[in-house]
Amino acid sequence: MSGAASASAWRGPAKLVLKRTGLALVTLVLVSAVIFTISGLLPGDAAQELLGQGATPEQIAALRQEMGLDRPAVVRYFEWLRGIALGDPGQSLVANKPVAEIISERLPNTLTLAGLTTLFSVPIAFLIGIASAVSRGKGTDRALNIATLAMVALPEFLVATIAVLVFSVKLLWLPSITIVPQDPTLWEFLRAYAMPVMVLGVGVIAQLGRMIRAAIIAELDRPYVEMARLKGVSQRRLIFRHVLPNAVGPIVNAMALSLSYLFGGAIIVETIFSYPGLASLMVNAVTSRDMPLLQACAMLFCATYLLLVLIADTVAILANPRLRQG
Amino acid sequence: MTVSGILRATRALPLSGKIGLALVLFWIVIAIVGPFIAPYPPGSFANEEVFAGASSQFWLGSDFLGRDVLSRLLSGARFTVGLSALAVAIAASIGTGIALTAAVGPRWVDELLSRSMDTLISIPSKIFALVLVAAFGSSLVLLTLIIAITYVPGNFRIARSLAVGLAQLDFVEVARARGEGRLYLALSEVLPNMIRPLFADIGLRFVFIVLLLSGLSFLGLGLQPPDADLGSLVRENTSGLAEGALAIMAPAAAIASLTVGVNLLIDAATQGKVQ
Repeated sequence: MSGAASASAWRGPAKLVLKRTGLALVTLVLVSAVIFTISGLLPGDAAQELLGQGATPEQIAALRQEMGLDRPAVVRYFEWLRGIALGDPGQSLVANKPVAEIISERLPNTLTLAGLTTLFSVPIAFLIGIASAVSRGKGTDRALNIATLAMVALPEFLVATIAVLVFSVKLLWLPSITIVPQDPTLWEFLRAYAMPVMVLGVGVIAQLGRMIRAAIIAELDRPYVEMARLKGVSQRRLIFRHVLPNAVGPIVNAMALSLSYLFGGAIIVETIFSYPGLASLMVNAVTSRDMPLLQACAMLFCATYLLLVLIADTVAILANPRLRQG
Repeated sequence: MTVSGILRATRALPLSGKIGLALVLFWIVIAIVGPFIAPYPPGSFANEEVFAGASSQFWLGSDFLGRDVLSRLLSGARFTVGLSALAVAIAASIGTGIALTAAVGPRWVDELLSRSMDTLISIPSKIFALVLVAAFGSSLVLLTLIIAITYVPGNFRIARSLAVGLAQLDFVEVARARGEGRLYLALSEVLPNMIRPLFADIGLRFVFIVLLLSGLSFLGLGLQPPDADLGSLVRENTSGLAEGALAIMAPAAAIASLTVGVNLLIDAATQGKVQ
């Protein structure tokens, strides 16, 4: 990323990034088709669901027409897709409000939880990854390997239960459900979020830490590292100036993967702490079979996942000087 | 593998691997004999006190209705272990079957299958499972199939990369030149050589499946009463969360001991081969 690189040198990477963006968009459209098809396969449709068992066929037919369910599936799919793209994914069947409105109430909560968990987990994951990579094969590395291996396999509700037991029941430090007061002070804010962030962080830290270790170790085996060592470069300088910049590609990829894991983990954590985020909204949509809401939530999660992967790809491409020689 | 061979392999495992193996064997045994050694019928209201602590009569205390937690856990483990094992077997059969088809089939078949699986893999597995449950419901059979289907794309990706690598090797080329059919190539030449790495993948996927199944049951979207797996037991007793009841801790810890055990075993068994 030297400033002296001429504009033409960036043409190669720019083309590649553009291609990846196009590919991600195509995938997103295919994903939308899958989600729409699966959620439209259910026996009986929304009209029947709304009117219940006692409805006459005429009533159902009338409501179907009103809701536009009597039109061919392909037409309905494209209308739905257009709605999603324009930010209007339809009307919630249960809440009788626009889906967009419900989601926009919850989205800030989920983003806050995800953001705080990222801020909390990423530095710890780096510490674990670097500490185990530099002590490869030794005691520290082996202990961290076992610890992260176990942490990855822990169900979120066990971590949550232990956290509640320790911090609210025994120590009486934190509340066992997450209620964020209006206009919280910084202290109230941190107290409210401490528990869900810790619980969500455990899996992210373990997974990301393991992948960072793997990325660093792959670099440590390269000849330039040996060269630097022979020149007498200190361990600290070696890791931070030589190895980490070269491992940026795999590390941002690992971060994208663990952050998308975070959205899956949020499903359990939001439910257990009664936290009003998007993931628990989606669970409610499944329970009440509110398909428009469910489809919109699913699309939002898939789009976020694809966006994270795309950002990681872009960073990896831009950070790789070999693609810039053009 | 002979009995002495298995013993030697076991002895060669590091301590963490032995612990993992012991945990895995323990849960297999419990899944088989659990209901027979339960001290109380799982549905009986054995204790008058709800959320009782551990005692000599109720080793793991009582749940939110005063039922014996140990007995319910012993019966629930069968569902968690059994359904997950069944689901992972289905996922691996379908995933690997499609992967072999892609590896020995014409190029356009590989292209088509790989593209479709790439699409499915970009739907996070928990989200995919939720959409499927919403569409189809969660009877025992459907739940197993849904969880299996959720993990087909992941298994496909691993199995395909293994199979494509093998399909280009000389011994497969020779068989192809001999005029062997595609089915023979897939099953007799390629498949036997990918079994070992495939097993590591199946083990990891089993862990994901146990966590997904318990997670769904915890959300009330998995097993439906009166059936109860370990995740359902956690859900039933969430009202005891604020007091940190043993009834919620025990089944959650049971799930963890199973998943951590499998993870430790796989890590130990593949060490040296995978860095």
